[in-house]
Amino acid sequence: MVKEKKTLNLNFGPQHPAAHGVLRLILELDGEVVEHADPHIGLLHRGTEKLIENKTYLQALPYFDRLDYVAPMNQEHAFALAVEKILNIEVPIRAQFIRVMFCEIGRILSHILNITTQALDVGALTPSLWGFEEREILMTFYERVSGSRLHANYFRTGGVHQDLPRGLSEDIAKFCQNFPKVINDLETLLTDNRIFKQRNVDIGIVSKQDALDYSFSGVMLRGSGIPWDLRKSQSYECYDQLDFKIPVGKNGDCYDRYLCRIEEMKESVNIINQCLVKMPSGPIKSLDGKISPPPKKELKESMEALIHHFKLFTEGYRVKKDEIYVAVEAPKGEFGVYLISDGSSKPYKCKIRAPGFSHLQAMDYLIKGHMLADVPAVLGSMDVVFGEIDR
Amino acid sequence: MKNLNDLEKKINSELTTKVKSTKINHNHICINIENENLLEVVLFLKNNNQTRFKQLIDITAVDYPQNERRFKLVYLFLSHEFNSRIIIDFFINENEIVTSLTSVFPSSNWMEREVFDMYGIKFKDHPNLRRILTDYGFIGHPLRKDFPLTGHNEVRYSEDDKKVIYEPVKLEQNYRNFDYESPWEGTEYIKKQTKK
Repeated sequence: MVKEKKTLNLNFGPQHPAAHGVLRLILELDGEVVEHADPHIGLLHRGTEKLIENKTYLQALPYFDRLDYVAPMNQEHAFALAVEKILNIEVPIRAQFIRVMFCEIGRILSHILNITTQALDVGALTPSLWGFEEREILMTFYERVSGSRLHANYFRTGGVHQDLPRGLSEDIAKFCQNFPKVINDLETLLTDNRIFKQRNVDIGIVSKQDALDYSFSGVMLRGSGIPWDLRKSQSYECYDQLDFKIPVGKNGDCYDRYLCRIEEMKESVNIINQCLVKMPSGPIKSLDGKISPPPKKELKESMEALIHHFKLFTEGYRVKKDEIYVAVEAPKGEFGVYLISDGSSKPYKCKIRAPGFSHLQAMDYLIKGHMLADVPAVLGSMDVVFGEIDR
Repeated sequence: MKNLNDLEKKINSELTTKVKSTKINHNHICINIENENLLEVVLFLKNNNQTRFKQLIDITAVDYPQNERRFKLVYLFLSHEFNSRIIIDFFINENEIVTSLTSVFPSSNWMEREVFDMYGIKFKDHPNLRRILTDYGFIGHPLRKDFPLTGHNEVRYSEDDKKVIYEPVKLEQNYRNFDYESPWEGTEYIKKQTKK
């Protein structure tokens, strides 16, 4: 006699704390085993791409902070690079180092949040308490340089908005001295922790082939043993002048991805240190008056500066007709901007390629056959943030 | 193939008539094809030993309402082996149906759903073509140029009905689009006047 199969449908989210945001996950359960997962996304959809089409290039930039809101500047970077490439303008070397430095700070911000909340999801509370103390320090760096802790709006086409305030480099250097110790502390809590390993080792294994087929990037790809990092392979900005390693996983499970992130944080600290040493003095944004607004002081003395200021903040600068795809290695993977300009001061089309979108898509494939309790572990190791997935 | 020029030649010689035009722009190869050749071109690029575009990065569309063939579909691919990127595009008109890539790249599933949601372009053989980013029961396709920026409906929680209700958008002030085009180079309305 064939036993009739009974499955239970479970609505995971959209208000579940372990769903890392507003994810509605419909799970089909056979007992405690997940048979099928259907993620419903879009609950945080704000129409970013549509809004960008109606804003000037300068006004479009802040929308990128609101995508992956745990590492805002990495997103801004992609857009700034795309516009710079079309306009063919050179970024002063100091600005390049400042941008790379803050991108790496963003990477640490994102990885701390991910590692500690992943630990939280599988039952460890302490790492998040320790980790968030460090995040707070990093966010004060954001605040000191841009004026806000989260939505920085700091990068500009052709450079950054303002130079580092006095004393900031020293404080960042001090942080870089202390932070490796914090990483070690986190590792003593997690890396050999029996419960953490039981919950993560051999869970959510991604094979190399599947990682490619499902358009994985970033840690999801490297965790499966594919050494691919855009900072190395398609080097942008001044990454080619910096010396860093790309950690690669072996088994492609949640635990390997955790290890990759820990190692990446160490490398990021390394990069920040190098940036601080190599950063020359000089201008921090393009000197082209048609792109960069003049300094405030000049407005009161120079007619030309006044005109430039007025034109830049009303019409904005025009970008010649072109089409470009630019990708950067954001903490979560390949973050890309596909930009079509039409010669006016507003983008004709701006498609945002969010890494989390393709990662979450593979949820069904990753979770099939796992237990219900593994759902938060897998979700946690995918590092989903709904700001970028829903856009 | 590492060299973009060689790759361009290779693609042209292998795919001959299936490729309408190729160009190299910002270190990417862009090729323009016809809708019906999509699957063949993609399979070639994925499986050929000298191209190996094994990863689909993204699918998107662009709306040109003034064109007869209104939408441009854009496919971005990446080859890890040769560290190169390719952009495939083609134009379709509003009612044309595009072949789904889900059998070749599983990741195209959600990307095609997004294009369907945002532009209303339909895909043949897609296993589950439904809306993805917009609300349940949403009407219209937001990224079309003729869709208003403010949308049609807004939602709020109604204290009277004790539930979330949908209402037509009511704005205190309409969305204003100022014409900042430089008058020295001729604003649209001045140009029109001087032509007369």
